[in-house]
Formats: sequence, structure tokens, C-alpha cells
Amino acid sequence: MNNFTYLRATDANSAVNLLAANSTQGAAARFLAGGTNLVDLMREGIETAHALVDITRTPLADVHQLPDGGLRMGALVRNSHLAAHPLIREKYPLLSQAILHGASAQLRNMATTGGNIMQRTRCYYFYDTASRCNKRAPGSGCDAMEGFNRIHAILGTSPQCIATHPSDMCVALAALDATVNVTGPAGERSLPFSEVHRLPGNTPEIDTNLKPGELITSIDLPASTAGLSSVYRKVRDRASYAFALVSVGAAIKIDNGTIQQIHLALGGVAHKPWRATIAEQLLRGADATSENFAKAAEAELALAIPRRGNAFKIELAKRTIIAVLSELTANEGARQ
Amino acid sequence: MNILRKVVETFAHVMPDRDRDELIQRHRFLGQPISRLDGRPKVTGAAHFSAEYPVEGLVHAAIVYSTISKGAIVAIDTSTAQQAPGVLSVITHLNAPQMKVPPPFSVGDSPSSGTTLVKILNTDRISWNGQPVAVVVADTPEQAEHAASLIHPVYAAEPGVNSFEESIPQAKQPKEIMGEAPEVKKGSADVILKDSIHRVDLTFTTPPYNHNAIELHAAIAIWDGNDKLTLYDTSQFTAGTAASIAGVFGLKTENVRVISPFVGGGFGGKGGLWPYTQLCVLASRITGRPVRLTPSRAGVFRIVGGRTPSQQRVAIAAEPSGKFSTFIHEGVTAQSTDNHFPEQFSFPPRHLYAMDSYRIAQKVTEVNRVANTFMRAPGESIGTFAVESAIDALAYELNLDPVELRMRNEPDRDPVSGNEFSSRYLREAYTMGADKFGWKNRPAAVGSQRDGDWLIGQGTATGTYPVYRVVTAARLRINADGTAHVQTSCQEMGMGTETVQTQHAAERLALPMEKVKFEYGDSTLPAASVAGGSSQTISVALAVHEAADNVIKELLSLAQKDSESALAGAKFDDIHAAKEGIFRRDHPHLGQTYVAILKHAGKDFVEAEHKTGAPLETMKYSMHSYAAQFCEVRVHRLSGEVRVSRWVGAFDCGRILNPKTAVSQFRGGIIMGIGMALTEETMFDDRTGRIMNPSLAEYHVPVQADVPHIDIVYTDIADPHTPLGAHGVGEIGITGVAAAIANAIHHATGKRITSLPITLDKLM
Repeated sequence: MNNFTYLRATDANSAVNLLAANSTQGAAARFLAGGTNLVDLMREGIETAHALVDITRTPLADVHQLPDGGLRMGALVRNSHLAAHPLIREKYPLLSQAILHGASAQLRNMATTGGNIMQRTRCYYFYDTASRCNKRAPGSGCDAMEGFNRIHAILGTSPQCIATHPSDMCVALAALDATVNVTGPAGERSLPFSEVHRLPGNTPEIDTNLKPGELITSIDLPASTAGLSSVYRKVRDRASYAFALVSVGAAIKIDNGTIQQIHLALGGVAHKPWRATIAEQLLRGADATSENFAKAAEAELALAIPRRGNAFKIELAKRTIIAVLSELTANEGARQ
Repeated sequence: MNILRKVVETFAHVMPDRDRDELIQRHRFLGQPISRLDGRPKVTGAAHFSAEYPVEGLVHAAIVYSTISKGAIVAIDTSTAQQAPGVLSVITHLNAPQMKVPPPFSVGDSPSSGTTLVKILNTDRISWNGQPVAVVVADTPEQAEHAASLIHPVYAAEPGVNSFEESIPQAKQPKEIMGEAPEVKKGSADVILKDSIHRVDLTFTTPPYNHNAIELHAAIAIWDGNDKLTLYDTSQFTAGTAASIAGVFGLKTENVRVISPFVGGGFGGKGGLWPYTQLCVLASRITGRPVRLTPSRAGVFRIVGGRTPSQQRVAIAAEPSGKFSTFIHEGVTAQSTDNHFPEQFSFPPRHLYAMDSYRIAQKVTEVNRVANTFMRAPGESIGTFAVESAIDALAYELNLDPVELRMRNEPDRDPVSGNEFSSRYLREAYTMGADKFGWKNRPAAVGSQRDGDWLIGQGTATGTYPVYRVVTAARLRINADGTAHVQTSCQEMGMGTETVQTQHAAERLALPMEKVKFEYGDSTLPAASVAGGSSQTISVALAVHEAADNVIKELLSLAQKDSESALAGAKFDDIHAAKEGIFRRDHPHLGQTYVAILKHAGKDFVEAEHKTGAPLETMKYSMHSYAAQFCEVRVHRLSGEVRVSRWVGAFDCGRILNPKTAVSQFRGGIIMGIGMALTEETMFDDRTGRIMNPSLAEYHVPVQADVPHIDIVYTDIADPHTPLGAHGVGEIGITGVAAAIANAIHHATGKRITSLPITLDKLM
């Protein structure tokens, strides 16, 4: 870990100003929230920020209802608080479930909503400074391509990077049509969740579409996805404290056997939380049958590109999508 | 087998057995579920682990690890590191003084704990990816780590043997496997196999595994002048570490004091001298300051070896009755280019089953990896996976119950050596385990039980581990106030050493436990051997037993100097320890307390030091522990996820000295076996020889949610040929576990998985 300057912000504006004042070309400062990922990365020599702006004292840890019936979650709400929050559990149980499937109780106690969005990949070669990695050292190459890639991406990959985004929480936020509110040197703006994370393309070193110096202040969930039947299913190598090989978050509304509303996202398969738009399009207005689920899953995974170690994920993703949607259909049936 | 060994074995067979120890029948403390004496200091933080000793003026060291597996260091620029804040010294092969390479690991009269022949920091050659190439000493650990990160040696890399799989064609038969022949055979195994109707022939693979004890390896070195050293080191072998470090730095062994009372999990990973210890001592010598060196978790992966990978073939032919007509077990393990440890995976079938013919053989290859080492039941854990999976497959081939098939092949004598078993109640263990598990309710057909999307199956396997006893010294003193001190350099790695040895000494001396103080974990105490091979409990117990006899003899002679003594005229065989003193066997009220004897003699204490003889009994008898493992698994029919839902371990390990600590050991072994079976694997990148998952996040040991309730039952039948009738219990627990799980998975799904770990993609 290199030496760095530690600064403490009192509110979002001071955080943005401190970061800007301490950033120069090629020597970035970073916001520090729970630190569960950033501090690890600094200790491993992967992140080399020369200044940290601690935002944990800023008043961004609130959850409240929005006038339109939606919900706003402050960027500093701890993962454990968010998962346990009565409004989340009542209106967006998918989010609560997804969070509880992530990390460990101790990590969730520290980790924040904003930090969870900003966490970086768990690719072995990204974490090892002796390995080649286009995400860590642009242009150096990718040792995961022909190496250990059992945990790697199958969708939206590029010849430069097959890393995945490791979050569970973000799979739920992607499915639930969240919006991320940021503030930065150029003022405030909002991004639909699907536009927050990027595919690797030729710039795998850039994880998100946040601009330099921008700070996530809150995340909104819309009224339109509140109260839907939902399931989060995570498939992993041990019962707890392991990243998803494949996860599926789905929320659905079925009327007389017809799918009225469908929100489907996958984790562990891509460089970003993967909103399954192809499958959704096929299923919206269709009958909730296992044949249709299978067709939709097949279509969603049609463009998947396997590597030596992760080909099983294609079949695993299809099976998990079908199983989750079948379970939801059965739940809906029981409710009606 | 060499001639000397043959002579000793012949001698051993005519040696009379040791007199039966009457304590085998005693139950005042022995056999009682007494809580750990070290429990309270540990949970309150009063117990100091190696890195925790407060030392004035302590500075810190960090290691730079190589990033290639083979080649040479061409240049190593340390100028930036030397100028980094707080840096006191940067040591590389260019400026390190010459050190001797410690001799390979050895127990006995010349103990040594060497793990590799690589000249750490005395060579420009690189032999494994992770080999230390520099050490930085600084005022704080953070400064040392940072400065270490600034050193980037330039290498001339050469192609290393990075892949175990690719090295297999070059495998060679070693001269011996732990003193045993690498190959034993009888009859024409291949011909019998070929001509047999009922047979299985399967190839198994097991991956490399790494040690992940909660306590990271750590050392603190403090020099006193140039010729004396105190070393706090997390070690399973203080005597070996002291001798080896003395050799490396040219010191007298008695001038090296290694202190290691508490070890936060060892499992074999702390049995050898790993480079951090030597480098810590070196850093302290060069800076003239006390130095602490605690490698990170990743650092431990890079410089502390683990379990070898293996490829094993098991082929068994059987008569329709199930009786084995031939048994073939052969295969290959890996060792590094600079150590010699062909892991003894072929030992289990040499002792487990009656066989008319057999061929049991193993080979070894050399790879450019960190030296492999002991890891809980080396040999037996991976060997039983292959053997016991194959036997399960044969049971289906023969349409026989897997327990019944095993029972039909129970041997009367050791099948290879022909020796009598000292104590073998595997049949009883199976009966107890099957009863507890409800084995008779298990449907024979595979894939016949289901709960929603979960397929359910039950499996069983035999576990086995040898009884080892090693030469051990102990000192025992009885003080004028009636208390006793027992001293030996042995270790407490969490298994209950202090507790059980205190129980034993108190029982032996007829003292309350509070009056016995057991001192250990210090190389200046009488030398115990390595806390390994499940040997420590009985080895120490015998040394204490014999030392106690000597002390009591001396007390008896002191008492008899008083002609009024109730013990006057009594011979040693006429008396025994009772009621905190010595009393006549024929007149239990006649005797004297230790306090009275010492007071009358005007002595402060009486003490004796004793070193046990060689374990000849293990040459005369076939001495082993046994386990009947039973488990139930649930396999998700879509995802292939496996959950172990039930476990019963039934053990035959002689007499159980402390049910509480022993059961904890059995459970711990089973849990480690669940990790071995399902989730753990060290990922060596074949292109670079580099470990890619050196962290607890990516190297998956079982978490709480992976572990079901584990029921333990045991025969508790004393072995007449071991001290206290006991066997060690540290390693037997893991044996048979992976096979029981693989067999249960087969029962649930019909799929026979022969490669570990059984991850979900293998079951989809």
C-alpha cells in the first residue's frame, strides 16, 4: 500500500470539492465509504490512490419514500441496514434477498449502497499484480482468457476482458429499474441503472459511466416495480461467502396466465449486472409456460461466448432462469 | 527395505510387550469430558500467539516473492526501497551472509525441520513461483510491506515444470516411502484382473490443497549477542526448529530457544521450517533489532507448502461373493524440485483388506512449485478417496451393500506384512455407525430419493490412519507442597494437549488436576518430537508414565529411609500412587503423602527426566485407527450444487482419553474433509506455476453453512499395545470423508465423480 492523504468530507459538495482539489492528471483521489473493497485493492497494490476522501460522515445514509410512491436510498446506507429495512422488505424483497446473498454478515455491516455499485471484479488476474490484466494495466493483455476462467463472463465480453461484476445487490437494482443519482464538478445528474456499468469493449479499465469526480448520492427505486412477486437465486461454490457463478433476479406480474410485467437480470455472467432484455421482450405479454421460459432463456444466452472453464455457465444460466420463472409462476398461481 | 530395518523388525517381533498399564482401566480423569484448560486464556486474549508477544524495540520485516517459477535473478534494484520511509535494511542474495541449508525433515535423535534444499536468499536461482528473493526491514509492518512492493527483480525466466499433469510421464519410483517399499506385490494382479468377471478399474485425481490455519505463520526473532537467539515461532516442532535454525546460522542448538506454546491451527503446515522463520532470524541478525515477520495470507500460500496433487488408479477384481481376488492401487504424486516427500497415498490398502493378490505402487514427479508437505492425514486422506470410491463402485457391480462388501473382506492379519493387528474393531465401528445413521433404511437403488429439486443419497467409506509413536522426553517433578510439574517441549495446536496431559499426570500421580502444571511449547524443555502423525498424545504420555515411575521409585526409597514409614519394606510393585501419595496395594490405608515424604526427607522436590525407547511395537504389530464414515448429501438436479445434510462418524481409535476434545478433533477432520471433497483447490496456473487464488475469499474452505450436524460415536476399546490404550485422533477424522461424499453423490445421482473437488459443474 502506498502512502496517501486522508481527508474527511462533511457533505456531498465538500466531498466532490475535496476530491477535485486533490486530483491531478494521472493521480486520482478516491471516495472512501465502507472500504470493504477499496482498502483491499490498495493493500494489494491494485488501487494506488494518493488521496482518500472519507464520505462516511456525510448525511447520505437515509431511506425514504418519494412522492410518486418510489423509494430513495442514500449512498451510505449500509448493506445490512438496507436488507433489513421494513420498506425494502415490504416493497422490494428482491433487493433485500439479493443483498443477503452477498458477502458475509461482517462485510455487509460495513459495505454501503454506493460502494457496492462501485466494487471491482474478482478476476484472479486482476487481483495479481504479477499477471497481465487489461483492466488493471491497460494494454498489458489478459491472462484470464487462457487461464483460470471458470468464474468469468459469458455475455458481453470483449477480446480484452472477460471479467464479471461481482455484486448481488446490483442484479436486483438492474432488475428493478433503479436510477442512480450522482453529483460532481458539473452538477447533479441521474443515470438509469442499466447505464451505470459498462461492457469491457476496448476500455476494460473503465468500469462505469460515472465521470471523474462524480459521487453517487442516492439510488431511487420506482413505484412501478414495487410489490411484485420476486425471487433471487444465487448458484455458487459454497453455501455462503462465495461470489455467484450465476445468479438470477426476477420480478414478475402474471394475470390469468399471461405475463404482464417481467423484470429479469443475471449476475456472474457479464462485466455488468446483466438485464435480460431479450428474454423480457419475448416474455412480456406471453403465456407463463415453461416452454416460453425455455425459449426466452435460450434467446438470452444465444450470444454467449464460452471459454475453456466457464462453458457450463451457459447451461446453468438457462436452467436457473427457467427454474426461477417457474417458481415465480407457481407463487403467483398460489396467490391468485 | 534396508538391512538395518530388517534386523530391527526381527528383533521387534521377539521383544516382549510392555507391561500392561493399569491406568488403562482408570476413569477419575482419563476418559472424562474435561473442558480445555487453555480455553479461558484463549477466549480472553490472555494466551499469546507467536506474533503477539510484546517486545521492546520490535521492527518488522516483509518478503518479496518471485513471480517466475524457474530461472535466475539478473538484476535486483533495491535503491527505491532503501530510501522508502522507515526502512532499516533490504536484504537480497547479493548482500545476505551465507547460511547453511537445514537438512531434510527428520524426527528422532537428530531432529530437523527442513522443508526445501533451495538456498533461500543465498542464490540467484529461482525454483518456484513465490520463492523469497528479498526481505525488507522497517519500523512498521506497513512501511516494510510498502518498501517490499517497490522491488521488482529482473529475471531470466526458463521453462519450468509447472503442470503436474504434464509431468506424469516423467514419474519415477522413489527408493522408499517413509521407510516402506514404494511397491508391494503378490500374485499376478493384472492377469487376475483381466480374467475376472466382477471388477472395477477407475482413475482418480485429487488437486493440490493449501494450508489455511486461522493463525497466519509468524515469527519474532531476538538475538542476544551473536551466539544466542530467542525465537517465537508458530511451530508444531520446537525441537526441530531450534536444531535447524541453529544449523542454518552456525549456533549451538542449546543457544536457540524456540517458544511456541499456542499454535492457532497447525494441520501439518507448521511442522516444517518454512522460509519466513529463517528470514526473520536473518533480518534480526543484520539489523541488530528484534524483528517480527508475519507473511500475509497470500504470502503463506507462496512459501508454505500444501498437499500434493495425485493421480491414482484403483482396480479391483472380486469373486461373486465379494471376496477380493486382486487389488491394484497405483499412481503418482508431485514433489518440488528441491524436496523429497512422496506422499504415502498407497498405504491404506496395504492394511485394510484381505487380498489374495495385489500390486500397490507409487511414483513421484518433480515440479517447480513450493515444496509439498504434510497436511492432515497425508497419504491416507487422498488414498482413501480413491480406494473407498472404487470399493463403492465394486459394491454396485456386485449388487452388494457397500458395508457388507467391506465386511466380507475384513482381514485376520495385516494383508501385506502378515503382522497381527494390535487392536482392530472396524466391524464394531461399522455396526455402531450404521445403527446411528439408520443405514438399514437406505434404499439400495441409486437416484431413488428426492425432495423437490434435490436428489438425496447416502454414502459410506472406511477411514484409516496408522498409530505412530515417536521418541519423546519429559521431566516430572513432585514438589514439597504436593504439586507436580510436567515438562516437555511438545505443542498445543488447539487439540487439547495441555488438558489431556494434565488429566494423565493427575491420574498417574493420584493428584487433583489443579495440583498439576503441564509446561510445553519451549525447545529448552526435554525434547518432544513433532506434533504430527497423530503421535503426540501417546508419545508424551509414555514419557510421562516412565518419568513418573522413576520419581515414585525415588520417593519410595526416600520414604524407606524412615524406618517408621508405613511404606517400609515395600517394593515398587507393592505400592501405587493414591491419595496424593504412595500407598500399599494390599493395605490401601498404609502409605504416605508426597508432602509427608518430602517433608521428612527435607527435600524441596524430587524429579526425573526420561526419554522413551524406539517404537518397536509398531514393527511387531499392525497398528491403526479406523473410521466408518456415513453421510447423506443433497444434490440439486438442475444446478449440481451439493449440500452435505447429515454425518455420522464411527471411530475405532483405542481408548478415548477426553471425549470432549477428541470429538472436536473428529469433527474438525470431517469438516476439513468436506472442504477437500467439495470446495477446496489450489489453483496453480500451468503457464507460470503461480497460485491464482491465494486468499480465503477464493480458496474455498467450508463455511458454517456447508457443515451439517456431525454425530460421533466410537468403540472406546483400549489398544493393549499403546500407552494408555489410546491412539492419536487428529488425523483419522478426515480419512474416508471425500469417498463417503462421492459415494453418497453417486447414490443420489448415479454419477461417479472421480476428480476432486466435486464442484457443481461436474454434476450438471
